[in-house]
Amino acid sequence: MSRSPDTLPGQHHYVAPSNEVPLRAVDAVDTEAEPRSLWGEAWHSLIRNPIFIIAGIMIAFILLVALLPGLFTDNDPKFCELRNSYGGPQAGHPFGFDQQGCDVYARVIHGARASVSVGVLTTIGVVLLGGAIGAIAGYFGGWFDSILSRVTDIFFAIPLVLGAIVVMQLFREHAGVVLLVSVMVVFGWTSIARIARSSVMSVKNAEFVTAATALGAGRTTNLVKHILPNAVAPVIVTATVNLGVYIVVEATLSFLGVGLPDSTVSWGVDISKAQSALRDRPTLLFYPAGALAITVLSFIMMGDAVRDVLDPKAKKR
Amino acid sequence: MTWYVLRRVLQMIPVFFGATLLVYFMVFFMPGDPIAALGGDKPLPEAAQARLREEFNLDKPFLVQYFLYLANIFQGDLGSTFRGQSISGQLADAFPITIRLAIIAIVFEAVLGIAAGVISGLRKGTWIDTTFLMLSLLVIAVPTFVLGFVAQFVLGVQLRVMPVNVGRDPSWENLLVPGMVLGAVSFAYVLRLTRTQVAEVAAQDHVRTATAKGLPRHRVVSAHVLRNSLIPVITYIGIDLGMLMGGAIVTESIFNIPGIGFHLWDAIRAGENTKVVTIVTLLVTVFVIANLIVDILYALLDPRIRYVSKS
Amino acid sequence: MTQTGRISFREDPNPELRDGELRDGQASSSGHDHASTPLLDIQDLDVTFTTSAGPVPAVRGANLTVYPGQTVAIVGESGSGKSTTAMAISQLLPRNGAITGGRIEFQGTDIAAADRKQILALRGSEIGLVPQDPMSNLNPLWRVGFQIKEALVANGIAKGKEADRRVVELLAEAGLPDPERRANQFPHEFSGGMRQRALIAMGLAARPSLLIADEPTSALDVTVQRQILDHLDHLTDSLDVAVLLITHDLGLAAERAQHLVVMYRGHVVESGPALQLLQDPQHAYTQRLIAAAPSLSSRRLVSQRERARTRQDAEKAARARDPLPGRHDDGDDVIVAENLTRVFSIRGRAPWEKPTPFTAVDDVSFRLRRGTTTAIVGESGSGKSTVAQMVLKLLEPTSGQVRFDGRDLAQMSSKELFELRRRVQPIFQNPYGTIDPTYSIFRTVEEPLRLHGIGTRRERVARVRDLLDKVALPTGVMDRYPNELSGGQRQRVAIARALALEPEVVVCDEAVSALDVLVQAQVLELLNDLQSELGLSYIFITHDLAVVRQIADDVLVMEQGRVVEHAPTEQVFTDPQQEYTRRLLDAIPGRSIELAGSRILGDLEEAQAPTTDSMVSEDEQEQAVRGPIASEGEDPYTTGGVV
Repeated sequence: MSRSPDTLPGQHHYVAPSNEVPLRAVDAVDTEAEPRSLWGEAWHSLIRNPIFIIAGIMIAFILLVALLPGLFTDNDPKFCELRNSYGGPQAGHPFGFDQQGCDVYARVIHGARASVSVGVLTTIGVVLLGGAIGAIAGYFGGWFDSILSRVTDIFFAIPLVLGAIVVMQLFREHAGVVLLVSVMVVFGWTSIARIARSSVMSVKNAEFVTAATALGAGRTTNLVKHILPNAVAPVIVTATVNLGVYIVVEATLSFLGVGLPDSTVSWGVDISKAQSALRDRPTLLFYPAGALAITVLSFIMMGDAVRDVLDPKAKKR
Repeated sequence: MTWYVLRRVLQMIPVFFGATLLVYFMVFFMPGDPIAALGGDKPLPEAAQARLREEFNLDKPFLVQYFLYLANIFQGDLGSTFRGQSISGQLADAFPITIRLAIIAIVFEAVLGIAAGVISGLRKGTWIDTTFLMLSLLVIAVPTFVLGFVAQFVLGVQLRVMPVNVGRDPSWENLLVPGMVLGAVSFAYVLRLTRTQVAEVAAQDHVRTATAKGLPRHRVVSAHVLRNSLIPVITYIGIDLGMLMGGAIVTESIFNIPGIGFHLWDAIRAGENTKVVTIVTLLVTVFVIANLIVDILYALLDPRIRYVSKS
Repeated sequence: MTQTGRISFREDPNPELRDGELRDGQASSSGHDHASTPLLDIQDLDVTFTTSAGPVPAVRGANLTVYPGQTVAIVGESGSGKSTTAMAISQLLPRNGAITGGRIEFQGTDIAAADRKQILALRGSEIGLVPQDPMSNLNPLWRVGFQIKEALVANGIAKGKEADRRVVELLAEAGLPDPERRANQFPHEFSGGMRQRALIAMGLAARPSLLIADEPTSALDVTVQRQILDHLDHLTDSLDVAVLLITHDLGLAAERAQHLVVMYRGHVVESGPALQLLQDPQHAYTQRLIAAAPSLSSRRLVSQRERARTRQDAEKAARARDPLPGRHDDGDDVIVAENLTRVFSIRGRAPWEKPTPFTAVDDVSFRLRRGTTTAIVGESGSGKSTVAQMVLKLLEPTSGQVRFDGRDLAQMSSKELFELRRRVQPIFQNPYGTIDPTYSIFRTVEEPLRLHGIGTRRERVARVRDLLDKVALPTGVMDRYPNELSGGQRQRVAIARALALEPEVVVCDEAVSALDVLVQAQVLELLNDLQSELGLSYIFITHDLAVVRQIADDVLVMEQGRVVEHAPTEQVFTDPQQEYTRRLLDAIPGRSIELAGSRILGDLEEAQAPTTDSMVSEDEQEQAVRGPIASEGEDPYTTGGVV
């Protein structure tokens, strides 16, 4: 059968020189490289992503402003003198004054705390409530899941802004960060619950969970030690993006007069007030709106960057 | 398919009742007596208050109130305000306006969002993709009401290409800018979703196979990439229809459009609880029905769903 | 497509004639001078991928020649660059891949740098593709017929009604029964084998002169694989189409191609006439590959004598134990399955439709002697994995029982069950799914010790080190994470974990199926060594009969839930009693090729025995096993949406 004599041009027996491709040991382990966990890997690619770096620096800055506004301004945002009404920028007051004669720069700086705390607290609440409900529904399945999913649908059917307007209006007298956050959690947890549910459902059938069962691990051990740590990534991504969205919602509600009370220093309240002076002093709108937009942008960019490293499908591309 | 549709309808029923009950509970079971508050500084006489309470079934147990209310709604009687105006009459004028507004918003977000998203998704990583992505981030980051003010100020006050306030009985043209403002955030989401989907589908094996069999690029994109990637986008737009109705509160109050959102805001401010519940119930109904339509559409577009119902 | 000798095709009316023609490279219905002009000539091809870590060379200096009507196979492991080379031909590389050097001459023209229009003119009409995974290569939203019709219309073969008619002809030609109905169905209504036939019809629709077949049957059962390859052979032969076959399976390549190209790490390390390469491999890598290929060597890995000794020890130990009350005296048999049956009830699509009972496992009995290996072999839907799950008590039998060490699993108390979890361990198929990606290797191997409260922390560290040593992994991997290890390494970690509790029985469910040949051989070797060292008993679930011969003492052949043959391994291979077993054996690619000499084994009679085309039952099986269809998992990243 050997056909070597009559092989066609280009099809003779060819053997690469053995030094061209040195043979490796089958399946050798590279012991040189530094060990890196899944999260370590994600972190490693994150810190190479300029978007993540920019967003991270901006968020760090915003958090600093929210925590320690005194570092950035000595002016009291609630110290307003009518004689300064609509006053232009001057030394120590770079953004000028609003209608009541309050220092705009000080209000923008101090307004960060309200927005950021509402955003952060709502996100924490939504992740805890929605995450728990979604994880339980996804893990136990069956009737439990059916009932919890319908409850989720019911709350999902009432849009966040709409539900919050109705309730906040009823509790106008008690308005404040705690109430606002509670109401936003009540109408906002569904988005996280849906994600947590499908994430847990996809992880619970993973082979490593079956393997753990066969090793003698119980249901709770499996849920806590294997399923939740593997299901948390999409929740983190959505929560980060949503944090920005919650800040927008807070501003919207404050604009409608049902968010934080007028006495609070907040971007939403200031934007709302600036509306009436839009014709004459458009900059009054620009400063708080700009601060708000930058904050929201930072969180959404952060969410996008995190998604790029955690979503296996995004990674593939 | 039959069972799929039936299942969705069956699932819709508890959601409808649950959501409307929730709304009813929020509004009527909360502290404060709406009737007592009605007269403002000069409360109505006791007898009048009692008569009103009876008329609005406020003297009955909560669940009974709710079902009596729903029964009325199903008979087409949307009730009247505490001040005696017919809610149906008010809403009959308002609804078409908001629907017009929502249609403009949906067309805007769907057409431009999908177009930009497809371009972005097919050219991932290029400058045009980055531009669109930045644009979408900016639109999401700037709250709708700020966008509204700016549009009103620039287009209405400075350029005078649109009226500052839309006012009664607005025409389609008058609603164009408010509609685009209403749909702006959704436009950004549609863009982002389409972009992700297109990029994902374009990398799938069957697209390579379609290319390998000799289809020209435009054909691969239209028949294989677009069709597959638009299914979740259509789902999103459908759900968004329900959301937009709620978002109309902000837009309508900025541009002074006498639509549903305007009435809702008015009713909330005035403590007209029946009207609030009626409007929110209507909005929830629109949302639930939009969801149902999306589910059915989904099944029509994806043969795999038709085949088996998702468990 | 011609063969290296004895293999013939059941569809072929006149095998000798065709064989003779093609061997001289002269077979031609169109009259080209095949011998002198290559159809495809790749010279010094370089392909590079741009990744975030910089440019990664995928192919370096590859040379390859295909003559009209010829079959050439590229053989290599995953990552060898074999598919990349093929995809570069008609510019089907992923977006980050590019040809960075060399020439691709197709019909005398260099197309390496051809513009979009030139390539478009070639795709489909001159260069066809049969892709790898039948499940993902058809668009789920279009009818199968439409997708084939597209190829006809785009290449100007036919349109309208004429094209519809042609589609049905093509499907029939690809061996699909009831083509008219099938053309109107959606891909999800097809089984894997049927989809692959549809893809073949699509690849050949415009009658290309070169067909790139990228692992065309790797995802399919062996018997289906054989049918489809035979059919593809026959088709490309009668149409005089040259085939560039990409495969990881040396046996399959040798059986189907005249010319082999072996690739390793992006380079062509050896190429030449198929038989010459197999019988006289020159490059160290080719030699290694041939030595490891189970279909080609198929021998028991460890000396029987050594194992016999350990088995005696194990038996002695078992006998020393007194039978406790409530315990069967099963003698040497550590696991006894009696009349195991498992019935699943498949829910109807709607509640008013009656659930259909589906018997996944039907009256299966076997015994596993201490220190031996029993293999359970079958194709998808045979119920072999369901048996494994019942032995592991991850699933309850509908009737029948499994006894471990004389004790019925069903009657175990929770304490006994926990004890069972220590003594019976599983190793699963998918090396990427079987260990928790968030756990370090140390934690993974330590987990069973911790669960069972064994040892102090320091003792456990020492034990993990010891276990890793046993599976030939350096201690350095302890701090590493699964994502840093290859499939074979992960599988070894899984083995170390399974051994941590010093089990008596290990259930290997397709434990080596997902691995490359060389790695597979290495893991099998390891399993065998561990068996003789520790006296382990294995239940070895696999679809691959070739592997069975390397590891098993007894074989259970299962088909549609039933045991069709149960015998010692050698007997199954030398004297199979059942038609089904024979068919499985025949389907092992390259089994007939003798390496030592030039003599070709296997007789013509056997090869010509008609193989029943079980398209319909294959379809039904698959549907039954998965339920009406595995619902697509919801994507957690998109289900939630925004506020």
